[in-house]
Amino acid sequence: MTDATPGRAAKPPARRLKDLIYSEFFRTVIYQIALAGAVVLLGFYLYQNVVENLSRQNIATGFGFLKEVSQFEIGETLISYSSRDTYGRALLVGLMNTLSVSAAGIVVATVIGFSIGIMRVSSNWLLQRIALTYVEIVRNIPVILQVIFWAAVIRNLPAPRQALELWGLGFLSNRGLTFLLPVADPAHAWMLAALGIGIVAALIAARLARRHREATGRYIDMLWPSVGLILGLPLLTWLAFGAPHELSFPERQGFNFRGGATISPEFVALMAGIALYSSGFIAEIVRAGIQATPRGQVEAARSIALRPRFILRYVVLPQALRVIVPPLTSQYVSLIKNSSIAVVIGYPDLVNIGNTVMNQTGQAVEAIAVMMVVYLIVSLVTSIAMNFYNRLVAIKER
Amino acid sequence: MTQTAPTPPLAAQTATAAEPVIQMKNVSKWYGQFQVLHEVSLDVAKGERVVVCGPSGSGKSTLIRCINRLEVHQSGDIFVNGLEMTDNVKNIDKIRRNIGMVFQNFNLFPHLTVLENLTLGPMLTRQMKKSAAEELAMHFLRKVRIPEQAQKYPLQLSGGQQQRVAIARSLCMEPEIMLFDEPTSALDPEMIKEVLDTMIELAESGMTMIVVTHEMGFARTVADQVVFMAEGRKIEAAPPEEFFGNPREERTRAFLDQILKH
Repeated sequence: MTDATPGRAAKPPARRLKDLIYSEFFRTVIYQIALAGAVVLLGFYLYQNVVENLSRQNIATGFGFLKEVSQFEIGETLISYSSRDTYGRALLVGLMNTLSVSAAGIVVATVIGFSIGIMRVSSNWLLQRIALTYVEIVRNIPVILQVIFWAAVIRNLPAPRQALELWGLGFLSNRGLTFLLPVADPAHAWMLAALGIGIVAALIAARLARRHREATGRYIDMLWPSVGLILGLPLLTWLAFGAPHELSFPERQGFNFRGGATISPEFVALMAGIALYSSGFIAEIVRAGIQATPRGQVEAARSIALRPRFILRYVVLPQALRVIVPPLTSQYVSLIKNSSIAVVIGYPDLVNIGNTVMNQTGQAVEAIAVMMVVYLIVSLVTSIAMNFYNRLVAIKER
Repeated sequence: MTQTAPTPPLAAQTATAAEPVIQMKNVSKWYGQFQVLHEVSLDVAKGERVVVCGPSGSGKSTLIRCINRLEVHQSGDIFVNGLEMTDNVKNIDKIRRNIGMVFQNFNLFPHLTVLENLTLGPMLTRQMKKSAAEELAMHFLRKVRIPEQAQKYPLQLSGGQQQRVAIARSLCMEPEIMLFDEPTSALDPEMIKEVLDTMIELAESGMTMIVVTHEMGFARTVADQVVFMAEGRKIEAAPPEEFFGNPREERTRAFLDQILKH
């Protein structure tokens, strides 16, 4: 603002104050300072209040309890743990269980979600209707009911003695899913390494094939060579180690099984519940992504005679992903948070163990704070990873 | 269908061959109950420039979209270079390789640079080397006078530039026939000229072209044959002097009165 008119310039002080009060910048700053001050005051008041109340009830504060001995057992652990370990380690066990059930859930939800989503836009009437029915069922029933449903289904499976045999590979019973496992062998570590090398080799081969195409114009379909590399290398390693093929078959013994490996009923039920629930939403996200790619894009690709799979790979998918990724991130984050429903069927996840810790120590504020911070970190890391991916597929407009 | 060689239209003065490259015979198409095309027949000779005009909803876009099977006709025959258009994928592929198409909304691939837009078809469909495809792309970008935009993304360009990129993308397939579906209708007035200029140059190079447009000036100067359509029927087809100077049909006259009033 300039004082161009001489009449106004005659009263400089008032003018300056008014300028300040009506200044957009000044107002923005003032509002922000006021808001930040209010938040700090409120936070301080709440903190004061909690500390006062806790000390009046002689409840300890602080995070010292994390180093105390927990004195409770956990049914399902991925890391070594016993009742002589600390509360901190118990919470870590819970976190690992949360992460493992969430990771499995995300994989299953993504695979089913993408398949159903593509079926939703299929020109096949039957497939389309099946997909629609599936979506409407799984996403319109509360996730907690679905988890309880699967838990009930598994609980009503026959006992180990009458367990359903799965083609000689394992058993499905009310003890969960028991399946055969190769007897531990040094070859396994090498096979795992070979798998990693195979994946890297397949990626390199795909890049070389692209270079070859760009250099000579000849297209090489790398689908089967890649599958060969990824599966073939571990297979060769296995053969090189003399093909150790001793398997540990689960056998019925007493009221349970011996040998093999078992996934607990709680894990299966929780994973199925949250994964199927999310898969309905993911299917809709995928459908929206595919349909958001304008028809004209496919027509333009057809008019330069691109083959259907090239149209999908080079024109539709890159554009659909840009629409799919941001809401997919929310789905992954919400699936992780939904895993806290574990508490209703007794799966020892972070919330379940956090509750036990809270009951034993009475330090509710700290225990809940720990859980909240952990979920926040896990969710933020997921978001950051997905946002990074999203930036890779985003479209530049300016 | 009788295979009598259709007499080349009056535009034969510029057509170099008598055998038409595009033959449409009694083509009809329905959207559900609604018939969009009523037994439309059209022959286009090699090197001929045909302008199709008519009120919106008259089926002119649908007509040219049938030629490269973006729309499927339900009765009648379409031959392109003697190949019959059926649901045979091999034939469809051969026909599409030979026909370039420019759309009203450009339909450039927004996730690819201008250069990548142009090289995608040559590399994947014509199996060209990347270096050769890029050389070809730059050649046509120079033709449409925007070689300096090669590394930009489509949405960073103006509408007129985008449409010229779209024309270059089609040309990179080195087609014998070019279809234009209202190529200037989505453009600001000042950009229409640059696109029309590009199209005129293309016409002068002898390209076979079918252009759906409302640009009557373009029709007058470039077309060998002007086709007027209304309600899915081909009402009239004539060389521009006759079409604009002495239209035979009442419908045509009414349309021209409206469109040329301003």
